[in-house]
Amino acid sequence: MSFLLDGEEVPFIPGQTIMEAARAAGKYIPHLCWDHEFAPHGSCKLCTVKVDGRFGAACTVAAHEGMNVDNRSAELDDKRRTLLQMLFVEGNHFCPSCEKSGDCKLQATAYELKMMSPHFDHFFPDRPVDASHPELLLDFNRCILCELCVRASRDTDGKNVFALSGRGIKTHLIVNSPSGRLADTDMAATDRAASVCPVGVILRKRRGFKVAIGNRTYDKAPISEQPQ
Amino acid sequence: MSAPQHAEITDAVLGRNSRDSTRLLQILRQILEAIGHLPKTVLVQIARELKLPYGRVAGVAGFYHFLGLEAHGHYRVLWSDNIIEQMQGSVELCEEMCRRLWIEPGRVSEDGLVSVGYTSCIGMGDQGPALLVNGRTVTAMTRERVATMVDLIRAKAPVASWPREWFAVTDNIRRRGILLDHGLDAGAALKAAMARGPAAMLAEIVAAKLRGRGGAGFSTGQKWQACRDAAGEAHYVVCNADEGEPGTFKDRVLLTGYADLVFEGMSIAGYCVGAARGLLYLRGEYQYLHEHLEATLAARRSAGLLGKNIGGSGFDFDIEIHLGAGAYVCGEESALIESLEGKRGTPRIRPPFPVTHGYLGHPTTVNNVETLACACLIAIRGGAWYAAIGTEKSAGTKLMSISGDCARPGIYEYPFGVTVAQVLADCGASDTQAVQVSGPSGICVAADEFGRRLAFEDLPSAGAFMVFDDGRDMFEVARNFAHFFAEESCGFCTPCRVGTSLVKNLMDKLNARHGSPHDINELFKLQRLMQSAAHCGLGHTACNPVVDTLNKFRPAYERRLHSMEYEPAFDLDYALSQARQMTGRDDAGAHLENAS
Ligand SMILES: Cc1cc2nc3c(=O)[nH]c(=O)nc-3n(C[C@H](O)[C@H](O)[C@H](O)COP(=O)(O)O)c2cc1C
Ligand code: SF4
Ligand code: SF4
Ligand code: FES
Repeated sequence: MSFLLDGEEVPFIPGQTIMEAARAAGKYIPHLCWDHEFAPHGSCKLCTVKVDGRFGAACTVAAHEGMNVDNRSAELDDKRRTLLQMLFVEGNHFCPSCEKSGDCKLQATAYELKMMSPHFDHFFPDRPVDASHPELLLDFNRCILCELCVRASRDTDGKNVFALSGRGIKTHLIVNSPSGRLADTDMAATDRAASVCPVGVILRKRRGFKVAIGNRTYDKAPISEQPQ
Repeated sequence: MSAPQHAEITDAVLGRNSRDSTRLLQILRQILEAIGHLPKTVLVQIARELKLPYGRVAGVAGFYHFLGLEAHGHYRVLWSDNIIEQMQGSVELCEEMCRRLWIEPGRVSEDGLVSVGYTSCIGMGDQGPALLVNGRTVTAMTRERVATMVDLIRAKAPVASWPREWFAVTDNIRRRGILLDHGLDAGAALKAAMARGPAAMLAEIVAAKLRGRGGAGFSTGQKWQACRDAAGEAHYVVCNADEGEPGTFKDRVLLTGYADLVFEGMSIAGYCVGAARGLLYLRGEYQYLHEHLEATLAARRSAGLLGKNIGGSGFDFDIEIHLGAGAYVCGEESALIESLEGKRGTPRIRPPFPVTHGYLGHPTTVNNVETLACACLIAIRGGAWYAAIGTEKSAGTKLMSISGDCARPGIYEYPFGVTVAQVLADCGASDTQAVQVSGPSGICVAADEFGRRLAFEDLPSAGAFMVFDDGRDMFEVARNFAHFFAEESCGFCTPCRVGTSLVKNLMDKLNARHGSPHDINELFKLQRLMQSAAHCGLGHTACNPVVDTLNKFRPAYERRLHSMEYEPAFDLDYALSQARQMTGRDDAGAHLENAS
């Protein structure tokens, strides 16, 4: 069983999504909220592809025999650039001073897609930092609401440390304590949720800049050339 | 009220809801009604008792407009911000109310007595300006009513003691057809359906070519068949009474005067698909109908039309009512099911569709109020009779909720295929510039298109018909709709969460005369992105009104452009607005004198 991804044949097992099949074949479809360890979520829409002329999210659409999938077309990459710009302006991202720089999937994807500027006016949301936890720091300014931490804590750690609250543009991440402080939850630095964040929200304290800029994940090779 | 009293009330509400975590939204609503807000201590207690994470409870409370964790004031006034009511002066009335109360819109007064704000259309477009006070609907607001209401609030008079006529909601039925003139006794249609048997009854629905009245127009026969065929230990029927599309109020009228017909349609659906339980999701704005609907259900139970072994046939079926809490997206069927399960109203990944994986994962048919009512007519008179009414692809009749610039707003029932011009003539509209068919997510029709027909093959409609005469500014209409979508986006997916706010900001920028032709291109670009990449119908259609009016009423936009020819490269005052926002300054010194 196979389908065509940008004209190249990709084999799949029935039940796999386009994203899973592409990953198994070593092909890169841009994505942010998807991670092979967790159930697909389908919220960032970076993985939007065109399946036989219809748009769909590669991480949620099932692969079918003989279908024709456009992935890295100019049209789709253009949409993805706009989605990235949206994610940049709705939060507060200052890459040069962020310790995730070089290891950040948002930044790496922006390089991959040649996003040159944020384009839109910044929203400058007011999102405080939570430094209450002895080992972990939460910088909500950079949250892209991908819910990977929500899934990791719930499905892998069995803890439910993270959840979303609010609605629309006011949607925001909360932690599982009435005080709103991470220190008052059962989060541990060894949790899967502690290392799952694709951007620089959930960070280990006292690890800042341990790996020098220049030697980080996406300094070595672009995101499209690294196994996901 | 003291903390121990809060705990006692919470305990009682939890008990009444069997400490069932799928009833979380109902529990939060009921506690809010009793206490007036949702203190953290109460959320902690709920989480503990329902064995849910605290974050889950807080996340649900934070999603719905009528809930929220902040204090609302002893009196919470929410004006409907439907464009039609704005045209009738709702904004001026709201401002007048705020002035008289010495408060700012959206803020609670310092003594915690009152807050005044806005909410999306509350379904009273034919009798506005309307508002909700502590969840109760008040219609036909005037300056006099504002003045008296302010006095009553100041005097701390309980809402229950306010003048009764303020709470009157009228049906305004102006044109009746086969549905509104059904003439059936309660139970007659169900009896006819049971005489046919479930498979034969379903075959009649198919033969009737009945299509969903909630907007999408999906074949009801096909949906029921798929649900019936789906494997599952339990099947469910859900009646979608969320009616959130601004300008739509026909389901409200059906639920008011035709509740038996709606419940009977649910029973027939349950009989066809093999369900024993039905759920009616009533939008929070229609809370005032709750008691009446419960009374109708009770009467049906005592008449043997609901419950065990109905009519001695072995068919068990009962219906439960769930209330929403202010979220337009919960009209989308999978978000509605999430909400019924007591969660945030976020649309699910589809497929799987509700017919196979719906409420609690069971096969579920979700249908609009009107669709279910139509099923009763088909049970009595048969599919062939029904299919002969209307047009080729749109069988039967459609209820239209007509509001705006016309002499006789209200409910009109027409066979499908009627022209826009005919409807305008019937409702007494003149000098009409445009009609918004099916609300903000529908189609804006200009005068040269009034020969078009209301039917799935031409102008599909969920029932709203908003009339704008040639004195209206269609840009303002589109801007109101852009604000609506930004307010109601659920926030799940990037294109709609951020896109609806960007569109709103661009429309505000144009309105402030800071826009350029570049911004118009941006609107088109955002529309293309949202239509192709959004997760649900809300995001797909959120730019329709902007693009429709841009295509059909371009001068309304061009009047606002800084200049058509040149693009202002740098507007210093606009650039400063960002700095003002960051520094929290908005004093005179933070503005440029010569800002244009
Ligand atoms: C954002 C959004 C809001 C909706 N609101 C409603 C609603 O208020 N009432 C309704 O019946 N359908 C609404 N729908 C359509 C429902 O998803 C669904 O198609 C409908 O309830 C199915 O019933 P029907 O087949 O009888 O029309 C909405 C859809 C979307 C995308
Ligand atoms: S904290 Fe990180 S992992 Fe969690 S939602 Fe935000 S961006 Fe995603
Ligand atoms: S399109 Fe809008 S309403 Fe629908 S899921 Fe996305 S954010 Fe939510
Ligand atoms: S990766 Fe598919 S939607 Fe985010």
